[in-house]
Amino acid sequence: MKQGFYTVTENTALTSSVYRMKLEGDVTGIACGQFINILLDGCYLRRPISVCDVINTDREQAIVILYKVVGKGTEKMAALSIGTTLDVLTQLGNGYDTSCSGEAPLLLGGGVGVPPLYLLAKNLIAEGKKVSVILGFNTKDEVFYEEEFKALGADVTVTTVDGSYGTKGFVTTAMAEKTYTYFYTCGPEPMLKAIYSASNTSGQFSFEERMGCGFGACMGCSCKTVTGYKRICKEGPVLVKEEILWQK
Amino acid sequence: MAEMKVNLCGIELDNPIIPASGTFGFGYEFAEVYDINLLGTFSFKGTTKDPRFGNPTPRIAECPMGMINAVGLQNPGVDKVISEELPKLAKCFNKKVMANVSGFAIEDYAYTCERLDACEQVGWLEVNVSCPNVHGGGMSFGTSPEAAAAVTRAVKKVTTKPVIIKLSPNVTDIVSIAKACEEAGADGISLINTLLGMRIDLRTKKPVIANKMGGFSGSAIFPVAVRMVYQVANAVKIPVVGMGGVSSAEDVIEMMLAGATAVEVGAANLINPYACRDIINDLPRVMEKYRINSLSEIIGGVQ
Repeated sequence: MKQGFYTVTENTALTSSVYRMKLEGDVTGIACGQFINILLDGCYLRRPISVCDVINTDREQAIVILYKVVGKGTEKMAALSIGTTLDVLTQLGNGYDTSCSGEAPLLLGGGVGVPPLYLLAKNLIAEGKKVSVILGFNTKDEVFYEEEFKALGADVTVTTVDGSYGTKGFVTTAMAEKTYTYFYTCGPEPMLKAIYSASNTSGQFSFEERMGCGFGACMGCSCKTVTGYKRICKEGPVLVKEEILWQK
Repeated sequence: MAEMKVNLCGIELDNPIIPASGTFGFGYEFAEVYDINLLGTFSFKGTTKDPRFGNPTPRIAECPMGMINAVGLQNPGVDKVISEELPKLAKCFNKKVMANVSGFAIEDYAYTCERLDACEQVGWLEVNVSCPNVHGGGMSFGTSPEAAAAVTRAVKKVTTKPVIIKLSPNVTDIVSIAKACEEAGADGISLINTLLGMRIDLRTKKPVIANKMGGFSGSAIFPVAVRMVYQVANAVKIPVVGMGGVSSAEDVIEMMLAGATAVEVGAANLINPYACRDIINDLPRVMEKYRINSLSEIIGGVQ
């Protein structure tokens, strides 16, 4: 965990409810699959958001996040203007481990579960892996980041539940057509469960839970696993397939 | 020179700042980001006789100027606290720690307190009587003077270290409960625990928290806490540890004026992991502003 002050340098809508925000500041030590926790004026608790990308060039150091407006906190985020300074905790959580991917990993994202897969794909491709990505949405208007994943050099399939774009169905519909050495996923819990059942290799799942602190102090986001109690914010958000116990 | 030392039940604290139980784990998450030896002490995660997972999630709900939690006393149980957590803590904390104990039967409290009383690192036992009594129809021990006193007596019988009873604010007359604990032998009183609260999600029409209700804490409860600390401190002779919504050096001084000998900081640690360090660093400036030379001199100093 590290505390830093970041400046909003971009805050643009990608769809009617999903925004992309760039936060300029310290980017050292941030791993793919980790999240940041943002303090917002008028909100008591910080808002945990997954890291989509880390830009670290001579000209620019920034964290990129993609967030969906779903409540009071994200509404406030969408209203933030360029130049706003935010108090942010970074380097939070246990992210994706790329070392177990094999040669041809498959990445599956559903809705706002897509963002953390971007930095993961970037890292896997940099390591020379042949990356396939399946991005699942409800409908055409909700699709985002297809071109960005393609630009990384990934093989991208988009699915929509209503068939208005790409393959009709769920990410698991497209998954059935793929051969892969390992998989990584993030998305709504029903999707994660479906992937858990449909997958024929091991893989890593990123979970979401309401958090108090986001750094392991309050036990607000605990879950039971095969290997004992884990905190989604600390030992998670990424859990390995073999340790998952589905609760509900 | 700002003198911040206070004496809590016979043990001197470098300053009155104590992170509250349940917001500071067993210290190491915070020891990663600052030297926790600068604290007065801290109250570790509520410990029970047996390991507990706690309540289902969601356990947390946001509120205006506060939050509700229904963690449900997740902890590894007293055996593991002693064999695993305390040795780990010894590596990053060289002061006496406050052991926070919960139970669901009087015998559980006595058992857990007796075990922790034998630990060198433990300076005080803070006994949380807000838990439901499984033998008393689920009524919280802390809601009746008799039950709170019974817990106090049972713990005092098997311990040698100062026993501080942590009271629930969800009662009609907190003074009568504090007095009953004092008469039963308590060495100190800490208050307030969280206020029972609830939030409902307008979209789903369901409670936000899986447990439906939970403990409301944060800045919003500070005035209630000051009032109850004031009432209790005026009614008992034993030291009072004040807590509830404290988030600044000014709040600490206000709590001490109300009658607190030491001050616990809870929810603020979850928003700002450096909250206690920042408060301690800021205290000399605020003391100077209000012409306070020594914090111990202002305890109960409200006119």
